[in-house]
Amino acid sequence: MPFACIYIPNFSIAAALRAEPELQARPVAIFEGKHPLEKLFAVNENASRLGITPGMTKAQAELCSELALRPRSALQESSAHAALLDCAQSFSPCVEDSACDTVLLDLAGMESLFGSLHKISHAISERAAALGLAANFAMASNPDAALLAARGLSGADTPFDKLRAGFARAGVTVIPSGKEAESLGGLPVEVLFRDRLEGEEKQSADCLLETLARWGIRNLRALATLPEVSLSERLGQEGLRLQQLARGTASRTLVPVEAPLLFEEAIELEHPIVLLEPLAFLLNRLLEQLCARLASRALATQELRLSLELSSLTGIEDGFENLGIASESDEPSKNMWGQPPSAVRRSEAPLPHCRQTKFSRKLNLPLPMLDAKVFLKLLQLDLNAHPPGAPIMKIHLAAEPARPRSAQGGLFLPPSPEPEKLELTLARIAGIVGEHKVGAVELLDTHHPQGFRMRRFVAEVARKVPQKKTPDAAEAQATVTALRRFRPPLRANVTLENGQPVHLVCRRKEVQGEVLWKAGPWRFSGDWWERDAWSRDEWDLALRSGETVSFYRIVHDLLGGGWFVEGTYD
Amino acid sequence: MSSAVVTTSAALGRPFLFDDNAEPEVSCHPERSGKYAKRIARGVVEPALSLPKGSLPSPDPRLASILPASQLEIRPAPEMASSGISDLDALTGGLPRGCLTEICGPASSGRTTVLLAALAAATRRGEYCALIDASDALDPHSVEAAGVDLDRLLWVRCGEGSAGQSKKSAGAPSLSRTLRRGGSFDFLPQSPSPLDFQQSKVEDPSCEENALEKSPRYTRPSELRLEQVLRSTDLLLESGGFGLIVLDLADLPPQAARRIPLTTWFRFRRAVEHKPTILLAIEQQPIAGSCSSLLLQLAAAKRRKNAAHGASRGSGVKNKQALEGRKIDHEQSILHDQTIPPTHTNLLSGMNITAELARSRLDRKPARSVAFATKTAWAG
Repeated sequence: MPFACIYIPNFSIAAALRAEPELQARPVAIFEGKHPLEKLFAVNENASRLGITPGMTKAQAELCSELALRPRSALQESSAHAALLDCAQSFSPCVEDSACDTVLLDLAGMESLFGSLHKISHAISERAAALGLAANFAMASNPDAALLAARGLSGADTPFDKLRAGFARAGVTVIPSGKEAESLGGLPVEVLFRDRLEGEEKQSADCLLETLARWGIRNLRALATLPEVSLSERLGQEGLRLQQLARGTASRTLVPVEAPLLFEEAIELEHPIVLLEPLAFLLNRLLEQLCARLASRALATQELRLSLELSSLTGIEDGFENLGIASESDEPSKNMWGQPPSAVRRSEAPLPHCRQTKFSRKLNLPLPMLDAKVFLKLLQLDLNAHPPGAPIMKIHLAAEPARPRSAQGGLFLPPSPEPEKLELTLARIAGIVGEHKVGAVELLDTHHPQGFRMRRFVAEVARKVPQKKTPDAAEAQATVTALRRFRPPLRANVTLENGQPVHLVCRRKEVQGEVLWKAGPWRFSGDWWERDAWSRDEWDLALRSGETVSFYRIVHDLLGGGWFVEGTYD
Repeated sequence: MSSAVVTTSAALGRPFLFDDNAEPEVSCHPERSGKYAKRIARGVVEPALSLPKGSLPSPDPRLASILPASQLEIRPAPEMASSGISDLDALTGGLPRGCLTEICGPASSGRTTVLLAALAAATRRGEYCALIDASDALDPHSVEAAGVDLDRLLWVRCGEGSAGQSKKSAGAPSLSRTLRRGGSFDFLPQSPSPLDFQQSKVEDPSCEENALEKSPRYTRPSELRLEQVLRSTDLLLESGGFGLIVLDLADLPPQAARRIPLTTWFRFRRAVEHKPTILLAIEQQPIAGSCSSLLLQLAAAKRRKNAAHGASRGSGVKNKQALEGRKIDHEQSILHDQTIPPTHTNLLSGMNITAELARSRLDRKPARSVAFATKTAWAG
């Protein structure tokens, strides 16, 4: 039964590099701890070559000008771990979450889906690279052997760009069945213990390693050849377990994990972002990662949630000096205190104490989509319309998973707008005419003449074509005299004679004069039980318009008083 | 006898010939004559020959591939779609796909009725439609009464109070500036600014003046509306997938609508070409010139004297006499001659519309017209 292990060496560094791929070629160190006692937690190989080692203080590391120092980010690590699980679960339903940097998966029966084990191994490696992870992959007949092989045998230093380009050969190890001991023999005994142990586990592991070192046991081959009884007498059951691991004969069942479908990515920034353009770069990266993760689970998304952590007041002032986000607009956006930034700058009063605030936007999509470019453009348009108003310190992006839409366009169906393109177009038009001024109409269940609202326009391919009426009936319905409304209605002065309008004066020159013909009134009222009650008399009028006659609907507001020209029949 | 084709090269400013034995027909420039003669002598330039008088040119094998204009392949006729009104379809053959159609007429001439009929027909065919409403004048109840599938209609409401138009420092040149310069209007994406528009259920009548004050870039509201219409149309044409795109410019003053450069209409025509989309423009007077393939002129029908009493507004009784009964005469005297004053049962129950095919690139026939009647929604 084949088992596989995906292992991310130097996980903290890998998580940081996943968020910032441009640091691949640079020496990178991750630090943690409270200021000013930060210490280096992990370093990459380039940093090691410069003499940077874990445990150094941040102050010492800063002496190296080339070194890229990044704080340890739990968000980035959890995102990387989620991506690792997504990668594994896209190949097998039985996945064990062994550690934050290690997952084990059962590949039994997967050959019929993905091809030979060799093909699967390379496909997994390439999928991990696509998710931004430089992973070691190993396959063996039992999970522990695969785990040890992934930790020890695989080429951990495969360049990331090569992995992404598909040259993922160095990180793949396949151990044939029955040759586990031979393959694992050369590994040092340290691989039997996890990288970072804490508390009692670390003490016992150190004790065991010290004992083995005193015996002269350096690798697994030496440990495997020790007599079992003697080892049991000296190290107990733990010694036997370690020997079985070294021989590659340990056998156990996997403990499958059912990770919740959380698709979240985040970036914490060292320096605040004040312009939309660099923000778009970061958003693009996050969206690509999210889309890759969703694609690995064969999912799409219908809702994107963007939350930004904004910096304090000093950052705001600096940001707006540099033609910042909100300063692009003529109408200044309000900052966290509800004041325009210029007002904050100008005020001489002491500034209030401020903390980081959150700015959230939600992007609801009419249909499930999976296109990072479309998402990015939609987010850009949305942020253009609703700027955050302060420099950004942290970006958090989450996607709500949804089943991808499956619609088959018929050969004889009329063409319909492509949903992604249409969504972009509608967002752009909304930027031109206004957010609530584009969409489909929905009539409300009311007698009010303005009883309608705008709603999102959705073009579904699978929408049913309305039932065809007979041509005569359809035409009879279609040739209905239409009303063109004046929005807002035109205020008019109406002269009455015997309670009927005989003359109309309006601001528009063409809508005034003697009434040629009139009909009415028709009284309408409604919502009398609410504050915005309405009651009106409607009249239809004919006015001379040059050589022709035009028809208008005028309204007498019985509650508010006044006459209005509501529209023209056309 | 050999033939000679003589033409001139605008680039070189001298004649060039296709025949070796021809005599030069076009005389050289006096200043160049000496130099030209020397070049002929050197063989750099071949002398041009003239045809003897009365001789007919014989076919040249090198010209075999050149087709005379009369034999050029005729552009295939566009597919026609029903306008929803059979009388109009009989007149025009329908609305051409991939072409621009203009429907013009004064107020109360039935433009919106024709527009809604076309929308209803398109949505009945299962197509998606877009209406770019320059004046925000569409009445949703009329749309529903006309039988339009509201789910398939995208309504773009142009006007004041929109997002990106209150910006002074916008990146895109405004239409007004472009037009004043005499240049063409080109779409440039413009980053919108925050908007504070909130749709109210019942609009405040005084908000029109306020909205005008909020748009400092535009000296006239019609310029703002035009810019929104053109930019939205550009985006929708680029997006594709719509069966019918309507530009409703009916309430824009003709002076304002005529400020749209012809290049813009040409661009629209090219954008919609070879697409199954009908581009329809509703306006008071024709403004697209030769860019439109079909031009329909609408007018209210002439006087009809049968002023019978019609159906009441809420009765829903269908009565043919009632449909024709309230056709308003164009002469005031007729109305004054009526002895029976209008009562609440004497309603506007319909209109007679005359549509004249003013111009068509598809059908070269003399102008014809057709009349058809409409009814009000409450006439049953």
